[in-house]
Amino acid sequence: MDLRYFAWLRERIGTGHEVVETQATTVAELIEELKTRSDAHAFALSDLKSVRAAVDQQLVSFDASLEGAREVALFPPMTGG
Amino acid sequence: MAEHVHVHAEPFDQGAALNAFSEAAAGAGAIVSFTGVTRDVADGDMVAMEIEHYPGMTERALSDIRAEAMERFKLTDAMVIHRHGRLAPGEVIMMVATASKHRADAFQGAEFLMDYLKSRAPFWKREITARGADWVAAKDEDEAALDRW
Repeated sequence: MDLRYFAWLRERIGTGHEVVETQATTVAELIEELKTRSDAHAFALSDLKSVRAAVDQQLVSFDASLEGAREVALFPPMTGG
Repeated sequence: MAEHVHVHAEPFDQGAALNAFSEAAAGAGAIVSFTGVTRDVADGDMVAMEIEHYPGMTERALSDIRAEAMERFKLTDAMVIHRHGRLAPGEVIMMVATASKHRADAFQGAEFLMDYLKSRAPFWKREITARGADWVAAKDEDEAALDRW
């Protein structure tokens, strides 16, 4: 599965893109798995109130299913406009 | 109908964009536009604003928000232009325009577009000052602004 990170989440994790093998069935489970990958991941994902998720480029909640998902993105709350 | 969603780094001429939109929206009785300009949020200290986005998802999110605005407010057309990359203070960063038979729908449609693209379109701003760089935090009121729709 392709993972994408943006803004300060990308900076804290140290990369904007990585490919992972996962058995996680929801975004929440995936995030728990990611936290065990490195201290940087754990730090970046320590406060989930400041994290948003998209599955295949659609904004979703953490309980969203990963069935058939190709790309999951994690990023801080958006600040456009 | 042209999709009128544009995401790019290059500066754009807001007058030309509005004229082209108005021409395409011929027949509408009301056209409303809003232009966002990079503010010096760091009290005179800002060197630049950097805007990161999520290529692919950005266009998709803006397209969805535009379609929703078109339907809710019976717009005859709507346009969103948003830049990314490095911008100097005072540069035009984005623009929305709406066309409708009636002005109330055109105004409301534009406000709806702005509220949604602030916290539902994947853009992130970073202020570069002489002292360093900081990501702009999302404001609670931006999220709360969605409740009125």
